[in-house]
Amino acid sequence: MPKVKAKPPEELVFEQALEELQEVVGSLESGELALEDSLKLFERGQALADRCSQLLEQAELRMRQLVPDERGGYREEDLEVEE
Amino acid sequence: MIVFPLAGQLAGDSPSPQTSPSRGREQPPLPSRGREQPPLPCRERAGVRVDPQCRPPPSGSVDTARAAQYPPRVTQLSFTGYAPRTWTIGDLVRCLRQMVEADFRLQDLWVKGEVSNLSRPGSGHLYFTLKDADASLRCVMWRSDAVRQRYQPRDGETIEAHGRLGVYESAGQVQLYADTLRPTGEGELFQAFLRLKARLEAEGLFDPARKRRTPPWPRRIGIATSPAAAALSDVVHVLRRRFPVAEIVLAPTPVQGPEAPAGIVAALQALNRHARPDVILLVRGGGSLEDLAGFNTEEVARAVAASEAPVISGIGHETDFTIADFVADLRAPTPSVAAELATPDRLELAEAIAGTRLRLQRLLEQRLQRQRDELRQTRLGLAAGAPRARMANARQRVDEMQLRALRGLRSHLALRAASVRGLAQTLRAVGPPAVLARGYAVVQAAATGVVVRSTGQVRPGEALDIRVHDGTFPATVSAPKKG
Repeated sequence: MPKVKAKPPEELVFEQALEELQEVVGSLESGELALEDSLKLFERGQALADRCSQLLEQAELRMRQLVPDERGGYREEDLEVEE
Repeated sequence: MIVFPLAGQLAGDSPSPQTSPSRGREQPPLPSRGREQPPLPCRERAGVRVDPQCRPPPSGSVDTARAAQYPPRVTQLSFTGYAPRTWTIGDLVRCLRQMVEADFRLQDLWVKGEVSNLSRPGSGHLYFTLKDADASLRCVMWRSDAVRQRYQPRDGETIEAHGRLGVYESAGQVQLYADTLRPTGEGELFQAFLRLKARLEAEGLFDPARKRRTPPWPRRIGIATSPAAAALSDVVHVLRRRFPVAEIVLAPTPVQGPEAPAGIVAALQALNRHARPDVILLVRGGGSLEDLAGFNTEEVARAVAASEAPVISGIGHETDFTIADFVADLRAPTPSVAAELATPDRLELAEAIAGTRLRLQRLLEQRLQRQRDELRQTRLGLAAGAPRARMANARQRVDEMQLRALRGLRSHLALRAASVRGLAQTLRAVGPPAVLARGYAVVQAAATGVVVRSTGQVRPGEALDIRVHDGTFPATVSAPKKG
């Protein structure tokens, strides 16, 4: 049974939630799980779908930029863009 | 050289002159401002085939009276023997126009000059004059061409204009009908562009097999462009609308001017090494071919090819193709479209997630249904298969037990029978007849039948029965005595 000790959905970023959601669907589709595991997985899937929807609704584009640092490399800083 | 007007008489007896052997050697008969009007051009000078209409009207239609008013001039020039004809302006200018338009060299040409008197009235047409040290030329660009121009000239700029030469009849003016304008030097740039493109293409840098697929839901989107560019805000606008769950990382770089190529290369490298984006957008707004030159350099092309993350290019307008576009994994016509191609749409995603929910639901239902089916199967098995087997089993066991019990019973009975026989023998051995047979007798009171066991039980004279082995005989007590 995959991801028994999975992170709470609210700690996942969108891509993680979506990816796991797809895994959940895949596992359920394989149909090789015990009923109880299936139920757990289903609940997990629902929570993940909720998380995805919520993130899509509320997300704000995070914006960063690369700035050269003193050692010849780069560091990331927040970026503001006027539209 | 003197050129004669075509006399009216000539029109009747001779066709228009055909091409002359001087084709290509002489300049086209362009009028030039500020000089004397050139001689009438309707005789062949530059090897141009003249339209048959391009001749003065036949003599009959000309006002001969008016012609006769200038006898001195006529007689002066009349040494060929023709009566000279006077043109109407309309005929003359039309003739000029037809000659100009008949010269293919003048119908598809590039001309270079400095722009002046530029005007763009409400009609949308573009009027300007091109000039150099020696001369000037009126130019017009119709609105349909003007709106397509990426490059907008300004007074004082030196440009190259493409178009055809014509004559604006009502002003009697030769002018260029331009369809394309470009800054001077773009011609060479374009040649260089073609050479580089051919070389990199031969090297396989544009090979479709090299192109990578861009990820369906990028988490980090690298952007290489100028922080001041409109392209950046276009991209941000689209990403906010479509896929705000992503994160963008800008690598700022100049996108035009001499620092652009090195800057773009550094930006691509910095993104790949430090930001590790899932996809990179290389974008820049529209501009002249010169403005986009940075994206047409070999170093940028190679940096795009070497990028670890797939690159989507969105450079200039739809009609602009840069070398970077050819190398990129995906080419978008504009920065906004590049952002769209890089991301799924939020609404589509929401739909997809709703679809996944339904699928989850169905999967669960299927799973439950399967469980129910299994359960029913099991029940059926219980009712039909398993108990019967168990009962058969039990029955067999019972049979077995019975058999065993029976067998046990029989042997038990046999044993008993044997012991009974033994007992009977014993009984017989110890029973009264056997005792009597050994010589014992049983004495009973004759009156009562009581067995006499002691002397006190009898008195003298009492009748007794004596029972011996083979019968009974009577006796009488004589005198009792103690034993």
